[in-house]
Amino acid sequence: MTDILAIMDHRRGELRNVSYELITVGCQLANETDGKLHLAVINGAKEFAEKLNREGIDTIYTVDYGQEFNHDVYTQAIVQLYDTLAPKYILTPNSVNGLDYAPAVANQLELPIVTDTIDLATDGETLIVTREMYGGKIETTIELEGMAVVTIRGAKWPMEENPGDAAIKPFDVEIDEGALGTMVNGFKEISGGDVDISEADVLVSVGRGIEQEENIDLIHELADALDATVSASRPIVDNGWLPKSRQVGQSGKIVTPDIYIAIGISGAVQHVAGMKGSDTIIAINTDPNAPIMDIADYAIRGDLFEVIPKLIELSK
Amino acid sequence: MKVLVTVKEVTTIEDGFEIEGTKISEKYLSTDLNEWDDYAIEEAVQLQEEGIADEIVTVTIGPEECEETIRKALAKGANRAVRVWDDTLEDTDLLDVSITSEILRAVVEDEDPDLVLMGVQAADDNFGATGVFLAKDIGYNWAAVVNHLEHDFEDGVATVRRELESGVEEYTDIELPAVLTIQTGINEPRYASLRGIRQAQRKDLNCKDFVDLSINKDSIESRLSLTEMYEPESESDVVIWEGDAEKTAFQLSELLREKGVVG
Ligand SMILES: Cc1cc2nc3c(=O)[nH]c(=O)nc-3n(C[C@H](O)[C@H](O)[C@H](O)COP(=O)(O)OP(=O)(O)OC[C@H]3O[C@@H](n4cnc5c(N)ncnc54)[C@H](O)[C@@H]3O)c2cc1C
Ligand SMILES: Nc1ncnc2c1ncn2[C@@H]1O[C@H](COP(=O)(O)O)[C@@H](O)[C@H]1O
Repeated sequence: MTDILAIMDHRRGELRNVSYELITVGCQLANETDGKLHLAVINGAKEFAEKLNREGIDTIYTVDYGQEFNHDVYTQAIVQLYDTLAPKYILTPNSVNGLDYAPAVANQLELPIVTDTIDLATDGETLIVTREMYGGKIETTIELEGMAVVTIRGAKWPMEENPGDAAIKPFDVEIDEGALGTMVNGFKEISGGDVDISEADVLVSVGRGIEQEENIDLIHELADALDATVSASRPIVDNGWLPKSRQVGQSGKIVTPDIYIAIGISGAVQHVAGMKGSDTIIAINTDPNAPIMDIADYAIRGDLFEVIPKLIELSK
Repeated sequence: MKVLVTVKEVTTIEDGFEIEGTKISEKYLSTDLNEWDDYAIEEAVQLQEEGIADEIVTVTIGPEECEETIRKALAKGANRAVRVWDDTLEDTDLLDVSITSEILRAVVEDEDPDLVLMGVQAADDNFGATGVFLAKDIGYNWAAVVNHLEHDFEDGVATVRRELESGVEEYTDIELPAVLTIQTGINEPRYASLRGIRQAQRKDLNCKDFVDLSINKDSIESRLSLTEMYEPESESDVVIWEGDAEKTAFQLSELLREKGVVG
């Protein structure tokens, strides 16, 4: 029997979708081995447990402590749940907060950790994990025996939708307050900036393949010719070549234009998270193995410095 | 304040690479300083320029070949470097974060830094787990994915911003000693100056093995095993245009015309 403990993800009063994906994955692993799936909602709103009550869950534990996210509270609560429930696998989201406590849980419980997984299977003994490396250029299979902490990639799995009738139980934790070394003091949302790229119908998006700041002009020229808006991948914004408001991706904006032209962008998961809902995706890239090719509808395999000037000419 | 910066030499793979078993063929591999660690180094150097950090020490787990990468970090302004390697590691994949952490812990115990700066993730394995794992291991406080650090450290507290998803930042206070995992964009990493490069040659680069660090070889066993490596199977039915730029640009402009983008 392989019991699973899945830790739900929420932020600032809202459940995050990856929680429903964790239920799907947890159910699958539990079913494969006749085990039970337990959920834990730590510091969540009362209604979260009801909302999350989906088919296949055995018990939903709620832990009430404090207000904001605190990785030490999460770590201590999960360790205490683990001691009581003895699950084989602890599943957490591979979110920014997930990565702020999951490794600490693994360390304290002396368990191996494997992050950002995109497929999982178990026979009750061995866990077979699929994960990417090199920003998605390569996929690997990793095997491990025994118990483990596993973080799962979001927006990768189906979300469990059927309602269930799991028991909802409060779980009392003893938190060592002396051990809370961090405190959250507030939040800030990145301001809108000059244009709202999420409103654009056509986005011409530029990545590190552009090499130098001066070359961004080429992209502006193309955008002018196509009456499109310029957006970018993270390195372009990190370099200060375009403002943060132009960044597409996990930590930038989510865009869903009719047409998204990715120029010199490899298609790392954090970028794709922001643009995969685009109607038509066009990639221009020298590398036929670039992960962006997997989600593109059309692609030019070629040098942007040769292709873009021609394209500008033809678009005028 | 003493700052320890972890510096990983990552492998990068070239276009058209080939996989042999569970490895990428040597000839398609090159090496580089991990992008995220470059930002961590810059943050430390700025702390030193402002008179807050007295010493910056880098630590790298890696074979002799990665000394060039370590010199890069020294050329940017770190004061000295520690490189850890042991024969035991020759045939160990550093897949199990606890191994990396155990080695780094030994160095932290030696150096006793107030602040440890690491990268959010390594560009090759993309684990994103070593910083927080190490922090817990050494009993330091921590914050993951830091994109802003206040440089005043009032009352021994680091005030940071953590970059969460979708443009939300969290303001957090962390008591020192602490480990911060640094996100790209927190600063503008400098290029090493010629003078820096010359000076780096004379800086102390200390190599240590497991005996020096009192690490028990038997504890170095990966619980994770890599069994397969392959190129991701493409599920898409992408239409690919290749060849002459004149032709491919024309094909794309025709498509854009069909879609009504070009008049
Ligand atoms: C917590 C976290 C959050 C992140 N959030 C985001 C985010 O919101 N948005 C985001 O974009 N990234 C984000 N990233 C970074 C992400 O992991 C990648 O590092 C980044 O997306 C890579 O950008 P890129 O594709 O422009 O660069 P690279 O990956 O370097 O790709 C450059 C591409 O250009 C191609 N190229 C090079 N020369 C040419 C040429 N002459 N012609 C045509 N093609 C060429 C190359 O083949 C390559 O595919 C985040 C990372 C982390 C860890
Ligand atoms: N072999 C290594 N030597 C030095 N630092 C490392 C090593 N491996 C990982 N790190 C540090 O840990 C961070 C996160 O790596 P990872 O958890 O592997 O994604 C990197 O940015 C480095 O700062």
